[in-house]
Amino acid sequence: MRELTVGIGGAAGDGLDKAGDTLAKTASRAGLYVYAYNSYQSVIRGGHIWLRVRVAEQKVHSHGDRLDVLIALNQDSIERHAPEVFAGGAIIYNSDKLKLDPSLVRDGVLPAPLPIASLTKPFGKVQPVMQNTVALGALFFLARLDFDTAAGVLADTFQHKGQAVIDQNVAIARAGYDYAKESFVQLCDDWKFTGVRRPFITGNEAFALGAVAAGCKFYSAYPMTPASSILHWMASHADRCGVVVKQCEDELAVVNLAIGAGHAGVRAMCATSGGGFALMTEAIGQAGMTETPVVIIEVQRGGPSTGVPTKTEQADLNQVYGASQGDYPRCIIAPTTTADCFHTAVEAFNLAEKYQLPVTIISDLLLSEHPETIEAGALQYDVPVERGEIVGNWPESNGKYKRYAFTRSGVSPRALPGTDNTVYVAATDDHDEEGILISDVFTSPAVRRKVQEKRMRKMDGLLRELPPPVLEGPPDAEVTLIGWGSSYGVIREAIEQLAAEGIRANQLHFKYLHPFHSAEALDMLRRCKKTICVEANYSGQFARHLRAETGFTVEDHIRKYDCEPFEPRQIATEVRAIIEGRERSLDLTEDEAREMAYHYIRTRLPETMRPGNVSRREADGLDEPAWEVEIVSRETAEKRGELLIGVETGTTYWWRPVE
Amino acid sequence: MATVVQLPIELYESAVDPDWCPGCGDFGVLKSLKMAASRLAINPKDMMVVSGIGCSSNLPGFIHAYGVHSLHGRAVAVAEGIKLGNHDLHVVVTGGDGDGYGIGIGHFIHAMRRNIDITYVVMNNQIYGLTTGQASPTTMKDMRTKSTPRGNAELPINPIALALVSGATYVARAFSGDPDHMSRMIAGGIEHRGFALIDVFSPCVTYNKLNTYPWFRERVYKLEGEPGYDASDVRAAVNKSFEWGDRIPIGLFFAGLQPTYEDSEPAFKKGPLAHQPLGLDRAVFDEFVEEFA
Repeated sequence: MRELTVGIGGAAGDGLDKAGDTLAKTASRAGLYVYAYNSYQSVIRGGHIWLRVRVAEQKVHSHGDRLDVLIALNQDSIERHAPEVFAGGAIIYNSDKLKLDPSLVRDGVLPAPLPIASLTKPFGKVQPVMQNTVALGALFFLARLDFDTAAGVLADTFQHKGQAVIDQNVAIARAGYDYAKESFVQLCDDWKFTGVRRPFITGNEAFALGAVAAGCKFYSAYPMTPASSILHWMASHADRCGVVVKQCEDELAVVNLAIGAGHAGVRAMCATSGGGFALMTEAIGQAGMTETPVVIIEVQRGGPSTGVPTKTEQADLNQVYGASQGDYPRCIIAPTTTADCFHTAVEAFNLAEKYQLPVTIISDLLLSEHPETIEAGALQYDVPVERGEIVGNWPESNGKYKRYAFTRSGVSPRALPGTDNTVYVAATDDHDEEGILISDVFTSPAVRRKVQEKRMRKMDGLLRELPPPVLEGPPDAEVTLIGWGSSYGVIREAIEQLAAEGIRANQLHFKYLHPFHSAEALDMLRRCKKTICVEANYSGQFARHLRAETGFTVEDHIRKYDCEPFEPRQIATEVRAIIEGRERSLDLTEDEAREMAYHYIRTRLPETMRPGNVSRREADGLDEPAWEVEIVSRETAEKRGELLIGVETGTTYWWRPVE
Repeated sequence: MATVVQLPIELYESAVDPDWCPGCGDFGVLKSLKMAASRLAINPKDMMVVSGIGCSSNLPGFIHAYGVHSLHGRAVAVAEGIKLGNHDLHVVVTGGDGDGYGIGIGHFIHAMRRNIDITYVVMNNQIYGLTTGQASPTTMKDMRTKSTPRGNAELPINPIALALVSGATYVARAFSGDPDHMSRMIAGGIEHRGFALIDVFSPCVTYNKLNTYPWFRERVYKLEGEPGYDASDVRAAVNKSFEWGDRIPIGLFFAGLQPTYEDSEPAFKKGPLAHQPLGLDRAVFDEFVEEFA
């Protein structure tokens, strides 16, 4: 497969997003597939940003492991990422401002310095962010991407700023392109540009689009990363699709407004992250008790508490599963791909209304925020809409309407407020068929038993409707990788890498977490040779859930809680280590020690310094080995001090300046 | 204000009898709400009574109308969702001081700021009754309760002042000892376009031995009979809201017309959300997808 990964590194405020977007849209419009991931930080300006854009002729399912072209927008980025560029790749940088130390460049990597000042001189005084546009121009030549397509993307991007700005951007990109053409050789052969137009979309956008296609008319939210982009999409499209978008005072209001709208008969949705979801939990039980359809999206980020707000994790499963006191019917779905986010939103509304219960969609920052190219047909206009049993009219001759009538299915036909002759009260206190409270003085053990059974019976029909999990890949594989939610694509690519190395692995991935197909899952698990659960949390929350549902204990685990997404190479490497019985180390690597040193310098020492040599020394005096990181002058490479970082604990023992 | 009875009050009779203590002020509120509905000729199917949790929040079960008996403190939020979901419904929230001025005070303030068209009747008995007598957000300073045996150290919330400065456009107070007056206050609130608060002195005969019927009877007087009082002057209303002691005003403090939240919502031009067809126009969907290309 032909592919190329571009990394863009710089500081927050350097305009990386726009540059990444222009590149991604150019490749996507040409008919290539793109997957991008932005390891950004929760600061408006200054922090290190690292955006990776993977471009390929075939569909790609993760941001991959490669780095072919580095576009460095500041000195930190060139130093930090230049050594990662693969042979055959290039390093593009502003040679007026940045220096590339040749010792950082692997053999076969092309340094591509750009004299930005002289290239932009014909355009007069331009914004510093224009260096990005020059760099992109150069990239389009080096990577053989179509310049006219790029010009079209720039025209769309700057349409609101007028023709003069469009022309200037295109001309500056052209200057970069022409300079590269004169100065460098191209990195790759021609791509097969099919020109097929496909959506380049994030999971959150897919949720929002799926929701409105399914008839969502009410969306409430309180700003919280990484769920906010659903609010932004909804708000900016509300007028065209007739959705009421309500930003509320807190998540208590958010979910209760959504439940109120759902009760009124509106398809209502809200979204938040783990902290907001914690506030919503009591009300989710309310929706279970009053049998009110509502859709809640929980986009996980690193936890607990405020946690790691701009990074990803899959550690809220226990919370979502444990939400609210008491037993109540509900559904929990973990979509597996970006396209699946669209379908899951549609499905969630149908299930919520058919079974009159809360449906929680559990996503994560990676799935919700990374954009990728999906198939052209993935977003369908005519989605299925199933509203379940709604009482259209109830003539008086029908007798008394019972909102919570005890039925075989547990589903009681729902009358929407405003319907004639069906007046009732929906109560969070437990209640009988008519909705009359059975708590307090009316308590009746028999009625309580029967009403609880009625509600919970809905889960039987719901489970029958949900597709059971599927074992993908060779049934007799030596290893089965088990996962849930967003890791579907990266596990799939890890399996492809393993296959190329002669290891046959298959994949058992879970989307429907509750209710759970226990019997089917156990049947498959029993036939697996070696089971490894891959999940982005510390304690193995899904493995525990799987054991609770099936009694099956997964043999081994690959867990990640550094809040960066999994990469296929990392999973494949760990699988090999498990198979070969090698110990897997949690020690700080040399690269990680260097990254920590960068962070230390940027927060405590002057810009003029950078990490130099990193060497490992034995315990002597400490109770662990340590990384000794030389801190040197950027200008002269002269040693200015040393930083000692523990290998096992990550302790920063000391910073000792040279006297 | 409509004063002719247009629908029989029996129409609002529920199959369930109230479980309140004999003499509870909430009986007066229930009666007044039914009187107000009948006075305004509201068909029970067009009325939605939403409550939270507490003695008074049991009210929706005791009136024949649609109802939601929601969570403690969340009644206003649920009611806002219902109103935005189907603005043809007359949405009335009924609850207590703990529910609205304690655990739910955030929603209360923000709903007023939005001037959303709901009517909020707070049965303010200055005590937690359902949980058998702890201090509430409106318990008077120094009062002894089960949770404040040395006397309440905190100042009570002033709901009238809070409502006036938070943007409520109809602010009134009533007393369970005068259901006829109260029903006029509630009917006025329901008729009013915008957020209406009716704070009701609704004595707890079991757990509040200070703020009793006689205690209020000695003190309350009606603003309607007060010479020179102008209920369209919000600053005068704020001044009046601080009157407490030997004389305590009831009646309409303030009413003014401002655009409602619903007025600002273009989606309502096609009618209540709950009645609108689901899904998108093909052309609109295609436009949205094209934005991603």
